[in-house]
Amino acid sequence: MSVGQWAKDLGMGVRFAFAGGREGWVRALLTAVGVGLGVALLLLTTAVPSALTEREHRATARDDFTYGANPLSKADDTLIIAEVDTTFRTQDVRGRLLEPEGSRAPLPPGVEKFPAKGEMVASPALKRLLESDSGKLLSERLPYRITGTIQQSGLIGPAELAYYAGGSGLANHLSNGSIERIDYFGPSSGTPDDELDPILILLVMIIFVVLLLPVGVFIAAAVRFGGERRDRRLAALRLVGADGRMARRVAAGEALAGALLGLVLGTAFFLAGRQLASLLKVRNISVFPSDLNPSPALAALVAVAVPAAAVLVTLFALRGVVIEPLGVVRTAKPPRRRLWWRLLLPLAGLALLYPMMGQGNGNGNFNEWMVIGGTVLLLVGVTALLPWLVEAVVARLNSGSVSWQLAVRRLQLSSGTAARMVNGIAVAVAGAIALQMLFAGVESDYTEDTGNDPSRAQLTMHVRDDVALGELAGQLARTEGVRHATALAEGSLGDRAKEPDNTVEATVAGCAELREVARLTSCRDGDMFRILGSEYDGETKKLTEPGETLYFDPAYPGSPSHTVSWKVPAGIKVAGPREDPTGYERGGLLFTPGALPEGTGAAMFETVYLSLDTSVPDAAEFARNTAARIDPLTSVNALTASRQSEEFRAIRNGLFVGATCVLLLIGASLLVSQLEQLRERKKLLSSLVAFGTRRRTLSLSVLWQTAIPIALGLLLASVVGLTLGAVLLRMVEATVSVDWASVLTMTGIGAAVVLAVTLLSLPPLLRLMRPDGLRTE
Amino acid sequence: MTPPPGSLLAAEELRKAYGPTVALDGAEFSIHPGEVVAVMGPSGSGKSTLLHCLAGIVPPDSGSITYNGHELAGMSDAQRSALRRSEFGFVFQFGQLVPELTCVENVALPLRLNGTSRKEAEKAALTWMERLEVDGLRKKRPGEVSGGQGQRVAVARALVTNPRVLFADEPTGALDSLNGERVMELLTDAARSTNAAVVLVTHEARVAAYSDREIVVRDGKSRDMERVV
Amino acid sequence: MSIGHTLLGLLESGPRHGYDLKRAFDEKFGHDRPLHYGQVYSTMSRLLKNGLVEVDGIEPGGGPERKRYAITDAGITDVQRWLATPEKPEPYLQSTLYTKVVLALLTRRNAADILDTQRAEHLRMMRILTDRKRKGDLADQLICDHALFHLEADLRWLELTAARLDKLAEVVAK
Repeated sequence: MSVGQWAKDLGMGVRFAFAGGREGWVRALLTAVGVGLGVALLLLTTAVPSALTEREHRATARDDFTYGANPLSKADDTLIIAEVDTTFRTQDVRGRLLEPEGSRAPLPPGVEKFPAKGEMVASPALKRLLESDSGKLLSERLPYRITGTIQQSGLIGPAELAYYAGGSGLANHLSNGSIERIDYFGPSSGTPDDELDPILILLVMIIFVVLLLPVGVFIAAAVRFGGERRDRRLAALRLVGADGRMARRVAAGEALAGALLGLVLGTAFFLAGRQLASLLKVRNISVFPSDLNPSPALAALVAVAVPAAAVLVTLFALRGVVIEPLGVVRTAKPPRRRLWWRLLLPLAGLALLYPMMGQGNGNGNFNEWMVIGGTVLLLVGVTALLPWLVEAVVARLNSGSVSWQLAVRRLQLSSGTAARMVNGIAVAVAGAIALQMLFAGVESDYTEDTGNDPSRAQLTMHVRDDVALGELAGQLARTEGVRHATALAEGSLGDRAKEPDNTVEATVAGCAELREVARLTSCRDGDMFRILGSEYDGETKKLTEPGETLYFDPAYPGSPSHTVSWKVPAGIKVAGPREDPTGYERGGLLFTPGALPEGTGAAMFETVYLSLDTSVPDAAEFARNTAARIDPLTSVNALTASRQSEEFRAIRNGLFVGATCVLLLIGASLLVSQLEQLRERKKLLSSLVAFGTRRRTLSLSVLWQTAIPIALGLLLASVVGLTLGAVLLRMVEATVSVDWASVLTMTGIGAAVVLAVTLLSLPPLLRLMRPDGLRTE
Repeated sequence: MTPPPGSLLAAEELRKAYGPTVALDGAEFSIHPGEVVAVMGPSGSGKSTLLHCLAGIVPPDSGSITYNGHELAGMSDAQRSALRRSEFGFVFQFGQLVPELTCVENVALPLRLNGTSRKEAEKAALTWMERLEVDGLRKKRPGEVSGGQGQRVAVARALVTNPRVLFADEPTGALDSLNGERVMELLTDAARSTNAAVVLVTHEARVAAYSDREIVVRDGKSRDMERVV
Repeated sequence: MSIGHTLLGLLESGPRHGYDLKRAFDEKFGHDRPLHYGQVYSTMSRLLKNGLVEVDGIEPGGGPERKRYAITDAGITDVQRWLATPEKPEPYLQSTLYTKVVLALLTRRNAADILDTQRAEHLRMMRILTDRKRKGDLADQLICDHALFHLEADLRWLELTAARLDKLAEVVAK
């Protein structure tokens, strides 16, 4: 068969697709929209790596922790930068105070001119927020005039909240951990590239596989939309003299046309979706449209693979079909499905994954290709096993009500169609179950137990310096929404005045406050305690023997200090350790204010634990505003019982978004093929109604007809998903435990999709059951 | 005009339009128990619509239909469906056998819809299949039997509930003359033996010749040919 | 076919000469078989004798061809009876039926009724044949089938004609 003939027949099919009257158009359009949605999703996926790289690049380019081991001294090209990040409700705000020390001081990326004191340059999103009503509270905290905008090159996403404000006198605070003198922005020297943890890479790889496979299945289904009507056209073609092979090629050509149009639509969907990307924000993450650039190689692969797959799927689908001049005959009894080769796929998948068992976190890398290959084979195994399973089970189903009998008999006759319909959902659910299991298994690794006790306090604040003791706590106590402020002054004592070998902590507060951080038997002002038996208690007992000399705020090179010497007196009481609200169990010395030696106050920093009245909305925001008013450098932390790794959370979010899109897509294709099947049976449905069949019976039978294969599909998906999940967990050396909640959730979502599809197909079904279907004239 | 005394099913002044197309325009009809009435007429004359109205499948726009003294117009859709299940039987030209069910299951279907147990329904179905000489096909699916056999299965299914009225819409339309006549013979014999009335819509005179009486529908109006002579 | 009834029917629209009658007959029904004048003459004398027609007047110049005939009331009744009576269903009826339909149209009688009456008669015959066939042996069946098929063809013709009555009326009226 010459290439020319092939091309001619395919071309004829393409023409048929568009010139076949309204019916042909509708079919081509349906296919194109289906394929287009799939293509858009594929293009989006190919764009994700570049989007991540772009973000990463910009994030590194504005890195300001560029100091080395040797502190810089003031020069023409230095800049003092202070980190003043804050949180507004649930959103993080990146903030920096800038104080250039010379004319050649480095400008941060995306900023054209240093803001003067009292001014700031802000990101567009922050500007919008501050100008809006909801941002009023935040604007009180940032009392700067906006004089410029941070350009895209200085932001990681369009929705990022960020500002640079002018600072002054920052040099006096260099000892404070969050203020540094730097001479450039960019990747800090010496810190290696921050590589994604191999387990996270594994997760990402599997997410891609799990999301893309159903898209593939979906595209394959979309290509077959409207198949019955096409068959009639093909038969007509045979009648005028085309041979069977020609008819097949024409059919492939029609599919090709749909797929090509789908590529065009997909590109359009993608471009439109990309513009929308700037408006979307998923949990603090947003993407610039220009970051979403599909990598050319992958885009080209999509452009070639999708039409090719369309042709192949069509030819494959017509395998068991004889196109005769007077109609299409499906070979009466398809051979019974065999199990062995269907089992080969998942087994091969397991075989590929097996060698990677126990390659856990420690020695790092998984062979990407084996992981992807193994996962793909296991999941594709679902699509191979499902038709067999449906056939085998349905053949054994029998007695039951009329609706059940109708559904079962129909499934027995065309179990393949039924299985095909649910393949996509089964694959998606299997993958999602495996991933959820993996997530649940490694979650603890990426979730830090902070030890915080949010029931005792919800915010902690550390005054950096220079603020009189007690002032912050006093002001906070008068702030709306603050129930209780516990203030403690903290410092340290060394065994030498300069660069001590051993230090102990010192905590100063009233009796009530001290009881929050230690167990005291009795206390009144003037008392002094030493904590024995605390977790990190090394030298407390030895250093705090009466007569020893200790030094408050011992000096270290390069940072200012207010060292005061002090002789340990007799009569120090013993206190037991107790965790403070952040979960910290302190040691060292406790002083009531009356016991604090003269002149040591300057060496102390204040820490406040805030208990908020949760019934007051924005209580935390009021407290933050108070703290910022006293000193913008005050660091504020919210207490939470646990904290998840940012990356981990982002990946998990991505999975949810992706899985939702995929399931919606599949639901749409299910609906289309369901409606198609119903239309085909219009006459039969009408005649059944004519002889008195209840509508309920027919509706139920449609439900059974979908529900039985779906139930089997979900069952198989659960088995394969759990297997894959277990294997993946073994790979990362986590304990294998079944996360039933996620199994139920995922199968539940799958079932919900089916129910929705059935419900949506009921109105057309009821319409089809009207007796009009009997009219032949 | 009142329905002729003793009639089982009668209709008066039936009007029905599908959009702008008038299908029935004052049609009349009546049938007695055990009577076979042929409804003839050119294509598009409204004869199928008349059958659909008489059977309570389609409600007429106006006019009355009385079955056994009950007015069909006064019944709900569910009541009419129940009537069709228990009192009426149907044979159509095509598309009536459920392709997935075996022949015996197809015949048993109306009984099953009435709540008869599967076993009993299939037993009764088999008796009827024997009478229509298709009991050998019980395990076959409709796709595997010939047109004439399929139509006989359909007749068996229509009669399995012992209906009082059998509606047949072009029952031999897709068959050759020999098969068509055989189906007609079996159908009328079976109907007479159970004293069922048969409303037979056909455009073939030789099929209509199996009737006792003929009604011609033209342009939505009916004409009882007995009254002509 | 009854020439007598046909000529009577033609006279219903008004008195005519014998020669006019022959021409009207040939034009409407004769087609390939024109009537001999002798047939007209003998038929008219029979009708005259039976009182179904009367001589309306004789043209001067004498000779039988100059007689003008008119239909009597008895003649009109006879035509009516003939038209209303269905023909015995038998093969090759068409020419008679056709004549009846045309005459009905010419005399503004209900042609559809004529067709329907015939149709009912045909079907009655077919029922009888069908019944005989069901009870008879193979030979009976074959014989009955032959008749049935022919009757069916007639019946189709009746249906077709019924469907085309309006057109036929236009043509006849010309």
